Amino acid sequence: MRTTYRRTLRGLAFAGVALALNACMMFKRPPSAPQAYERTQTSAAGMYTATFTPVESIKVGRLHSWKIQVTTSDGAPVTDAKFVVDGGMPQHGHGLPTRPIVTQPAGEIYELVEGMKFNMGGWWVVKLHIDGAKGSDVVTFNLKL
Amino acid sequence: MFRIVTVLSIAILVGLTGAWAGLSMGDGWSAKERETLKSLALSSLEPLPADASNRFADDTLAARFGQKLFFDARLSANGRVSCATCHLPGRDFQDDVPLARGVGTTSRRTMPIAGTAYSPWMFWDGRRDSQWSQALGPLESDVEHGGDRTQYVQYIAATYRKEYQALFGALPDVSKLPAHAGPNGDRHVKAAWAGLPAARRDSITRAYANMGKAIAAFERRIAFTPTRFDRYVATEMSGASHTAADSLSPDERAGLKLFIGKASCINCHNGPRLTDDHFHNTGVPVSAQVATVDSGRTTGVRDAITNEFNCLGRYSDATAGQCAELRFAVTEGHELVRAFKTPSLRNVADRAPYMHAGQLATLSAVIDHYSAAPSAPFGHSELKRVRLSGKERAQIEAFLRTLSSPAAVPAGMPQSAEGMAAAGTSFGPIVSHAGLLRATVVESSQRDVVTDQRLVVRLESVEGQPVTGARIASRVMMPEGVAPSQMATVREVGKGLYEISAFRYACAGWWNVDLRITFAGQTDGLAFNLTLP
Repeated sequence: MRTTYRRTLRGLAFAGVALALNACMMFKRPPSAPQAYERTQTSAAGMYTATFTPVESIKVGRLHSWKIQVTTSDGAPVTDAKFVVDGGMPQHGHGLPTRPIVTQPAGEIYELVEGMKFNMGGWWVVKLHIDGAKGSDVVTFNLKL
Repeated sequence: MFRIVTVLSIAILVGLTGAWAGLSMGDGWSAKERETLKSLALSSLEPLPADASNRFADDTLAARFGQKLFFDARLSANGRVSCATCHLPGRDFQDDVPLARGVGTTSRRTMPIAGTAYSPWMFWDGRRDSQWSQALGPLESDVEHGGDRTQYVQYIAATYRKEYQALFGALPDVSKLPAHAGPNGDRHVKAAWAGLPAARRDSITRAYANMGKAIAAFERRIAFTPTRFDRYVATEMSGASHTAADSLSPDERAGLKLFIGKASCINCHNGPRLTDDHFHNTGVPVSAQVATVDSGRTTGVRDAITNEFNCLGRYSDATAGQCAELRFAVTEGHELVRAFKTPSLRNVADRAPYMHAGQLATLSAVIDHYSAAPSAPFGHSELKRVRLSGKERAQIEAFLRTLSSPAAVPAGMPQSAEGMAAAGTSFGPIVSHAGLLRATVVESSQRDVVTDQRLVVRLESVEGQPVTGARIASRVMMPEGVAPSQMATVREVGKGLYEISAFRYACAGWWNVDLRITFAGQTDGLAFNLTLP
């Protein structure tokens, strides 16, 4: 009876370790919530909301552009801010393969991000750093290619 | 009780792992895997992109001229190094040695050419952004071709005036040009260059750039051909049953599964060319043969941005808006340190040794390296250790071997690095196909079309001993098929000297002289090329 009890405990511990190992391997995984992959995201401190639209369809290995529309939390369009785009693949520990450049086309309310490229499939993070009148904040987009 | 719990926990573990990995049990590929296989197949290769920086890129006449230049060993300091010296057509356009050898020894491995028209960056460090600007690099390197700009342009004027002018218009004035002058070279060559007026330097450089553009027009046409892997994927997609020509063995299939799965090779070796065209530090060991520090992309990108022949330069045919790769290149950061370009894996099995200085001698050494993921000598390796059994390593290697098939080359192209020289000049040595003999063309006539021609060739063993008493059959023809081929008469006229006669050059252009040689019970062959202006 005692031996069986010990064996059961050992078996459960084994299962627990196995589950934990799996959980460990699940660390640094792409977000599971589908909202994380939507093209409209709110910045970390809630100051801005941004929506990205690829100008050409995203294809691994191809240079393409994005349009990004940014608004304040009140919904007012933001055009006179400084924008920097960076990102990478957290699971691989590398950044974007290119250095995208953000410009403000005259008379438009969107920013144009040129030079976007994803050189492999997988989970990518693209961060839009905004330094505007309301303050500095960052919007994180997730992509699964 | 214990047993039940153990079985349950194992079942949970397996179930979680299975669900997590998204694999299907059994032999068939899952829908996601099929999509991945298709992305690797040649059928997914997009049409050749235009090269906005080279308006002659798709010009057939430019490709023909570039082909001649590619094989012309006179475009070198010693008359013996052509592009084909290191980029051997019969060897997937590379040379099987760790460090390329021209007039000297370089510090890097020769890269193959097929499919490079799709690459935004050339060389292991990506220091050039087009095929034409790449071609101009080795020509002026003191360890590769060892020549210089004015030497080359004067040679073009003397040998290829008609071809050049038909394409590019008038050649620059070469009268009273220094024999050797250029921005890359020893101090005399540089001083002579600096002594030229700016307008003259510009016209010479423009002609030099045009040489590169012609060579690129030829190289663009060196393409991948379907492999057994591609045929396997095509059959899988169509649902037809496999034949021998389009099957993968169980080990090869297992290797492919590892390639796109656990081993993660596909992270960088993706797409139909099995490369992401990007730069990665993969912890490749330092080469014992190379004294200098090689930091890869860190210096390569700076070179690319400042090079006079890049997309944004004055000799490029592109507008700034067409130079996106250059404009958006990452120019700094720790990721560039000792990062090298991902090569295509097509024909990889035929291309030992591997890495940028040939540090890894075999495919199995490469797979061992990726499994062990050693730290980089400097910079930071992107690799993560992957546990692969001996069997799994062999399976990956087996899969990689299914990626081989000879490059498609433009018709009529010589299959080995035979010399090419102007008729009327002496040149050589040319090494025979089996490597047993060396031939030097000591006399070469250049008479008019209605007169018999005469060539005298000295044949030696590789040790330099004259080869006497050989029986030689010689065929003289035009590779482009413009004139019918002829069998010439061959007779020995001296110790190791053979006269090839009784043939005519029916037209100007590119002639090939092929010799079948039987001597001392052995057979070998060699060929060389002549141009008749």
